Amino acid sequence: MTTVPTAIDEPPAASERRFWRPPGFVRFVLRRLAALVLLTLGITAVAFVLTQLVPSNAVATNLGEQAAGDPAAVQAFKHHYGLDRPLPVRYAIYLDHLVHGDLGQSSLTHDAVTHDLGQFIPATGELALYSVLFAAIVGIGFGTVAALRRNRPTDHLLRVASLAGISMPTFWIALVALYVGFFKLGWFPGAERLDPGVSPPPSVTGLYTIDALIAGKFSLFVQALHHLILPALVLAAFNVSLLTRFTRSAVLEVIGNDYVRAARAKGLPERVVVVRYILRAALPSVITVLGLVFANVLTGAVLVEKIFSWPGIGQYAYEAAVNLDVPAIAGVSIFVAVVYVTINFIVDVLYGVIDPRIRIT
Amino acid sequence: MSVLAVESLRVKLPIPGGDVTIVDGVDYDVQPGEVFGIAGESGSGKTISMLALLGLLPEHSTVEGTALFAGKELIGMPRRELRDIAGRDLAMVFQDPFTSLHPMLTVGRQLSEHVRRHLHLDRHAAEERAVELLEDVRIPDPRAALRAYPHHFSGGMRQRIAIAIALACRPKLLIADEPTTALDVTVQAGILRLLDRLRREQDLAVILITHDLGVLSSIADRVSVFYAGRVVESGARGDVLQHPRHPYTRALLDALPHPEAAKERPLVAIGGSPPTPGHIPSGCSFHTRCTHAVDSCRVDVPELRAVSDRRLACPVDPFSA
Repeated sequence: MTTVPTAIDEPPAASERRFWRPPGFVRFVLRRLAALVLLTLGITAVAFVLTQLVPSNAVATNLGEQAAGDPAAVQAFKHHYGLDRPLPVRYAIYLDHLVHGDLGQSSLTHDAVTHDLGQFIPATGELALYSVLFAAIVGIGFGTVAALRRNRPTDHLLRVASLAGISMPTFWIALVALYVGFFKLGWFPGAERLDPGVSPPPSVTGLYTIDALIAGKFSLFVQALHHLILPALVLAAFNVSLLTRFTRSAVLEVIGNDYVRAARAKGLPERVVVVRYILRAALPSVITVLGLVFANVLTGAVLVEKIFSWPGIGQYAYEAAVNLDVPAIAGVSIFVAVVYVTINFIVDVLYGVIDPRIRIT
Repeated sequence: MSVLAVESLRVKLPIPGGDVTIVDGVDYDVQPGEVFGIAGESGSGKTISMLALLGLLPEHSTVEGTALFAGKELIGMPRRELRDIAGRDLAMVFQDPFTSLHPMLTVGRQLSEHVRRHLHLDRHAAEERAVELLEDVRIPDPRAALRAYPHHFSGGMRQRIAIAIALACRPKLLIADEPTTALDVTVQAGILRLLDRLRREQDLAVILITHDLGVLSSIADRVSVFYAGRVVESGARGDVLQHPRHPYTRALLDALPHPEAAKERPLVAIGGSPPTPGHIPSGCSFHTRCTHAVDSCRVDVPELRAVSDRRLACPVDPFSA
């Protein structure tokens, strides 16, 4: 019966002496960064090929009627944009222009696409920022509460609400919100980033709310925020529901873990157990969804900006698409894709920050 | 005075379609500085009876009986009050060190957060205490270990860390729930010796829960054997393990590999399987698997009675000296 020797002192057995490795977090980030660069290159290739496949005639759309009839002008135009060269060479030229910040000229605005993007991106950025912020705070909060109150009335209520939010299409919510909030109740403005005739604050970030605060114009900040509320909430509706559902299941997955029980056995207050032990462990799955939410907001922006006359990238993309403005379409595609890839990169790095086990693999 | 005195502890857990009794009236007491062993197969209610003390049972569980810990009644104590005792005077080590430490929090954080709360130490003092604790449980390079994460350590090391966490506030009683089950045999021995040394040095009482009587034979002072949520035999280690009188204790010991006697005595498995909660046989719950059962065992629930050197719940008493 004496399976255990009874000596008093106990150096750890050799099998116990395995030790830890250095964190290597920098290496982890660099590797993800390299992947980011490769992905971006791939995206430009796809965007370029797509522009070549679109049945639009660059000569006809860019040159006037007379110039298009003049073979020398057409030749000069084609030569200037490399249209007389083979596809791979054209791609190389395209890339060359791209790294020099030249996305071509929009056939609709007759401005450089980069100039147009620079004008429209901050509007969308501001809308997306507030929308994602709202969705994250409310969605994660709701999901956590639902999980902690599992199978109680609060949980059931949140389940029904989030199901509704996920089922209703964004454009429909946008129309209803506009009808009720603007037309019927008159609580919110229905269009644009500021009231008509009001000039924006001096541009620093391009985000009116922040620029207004920087300029010290509080009333302008309030007005900009007022204009943001309706479209931001509409854009957030679907994502709040999405985050509620995912957070709930992520929290439920970790809530029964031994380390949660161990934390309670240590006598930690419930608040610490929930935030530090449960939410921390649920965070990786939640962040994955948060990346998705960003993507949803950018996609949803096309419709919502159209409905709320929001002068953002979504409207620009819409106009470009219906008018076959190929350089603009390609420019928007590349911008959106780069945003996606960057968000994915941030999500990857955040995984590593949150979960130390990921840094090693 | 005993550190912990448990009387008629009864625990019911909610399952779909009603409650099921897991612990059915157990009594025991733990003296200061002793290792009190609780043995029994899985499902015999060992762990649940401990979780009940710390208020860690699932919602809607019902707990009856009394559990006096340092003069305070634990059963029915409000959560808020219990939080000041749990982790401070009454600590617990869980079975699996791979799941009982949070994978995303540093060892240092998990070692010091409750110390700061319970003992009101500042960051620096708590860190010094953490280093001391890691030295106590023989973790090499304790300062570096504070900044490491659980996955940097092997299973045995993690269990040492879990023990350090449990002992951080110098508790009066440590509940160790199968602390060696998830570990290799050589590592097991190290952990048991560690527990044995710590309770000598710190005058700590330990409740050691295990299904392995071999573990108890090396360090327990007194032993209680659980079967289907009840105590069937309890007494001093030597009495119970050398001269078992309950047929179940005897069967458990016969089922144990015996290094010295391996050649002469084949291992004897206990026939049948432990009853599942909710399907406990009538009378003596062991009678369906007992080779000594008589007719009355099927009907009468045997009481735990004091017989000479121990307490025994078997009126047949086939192995009385």
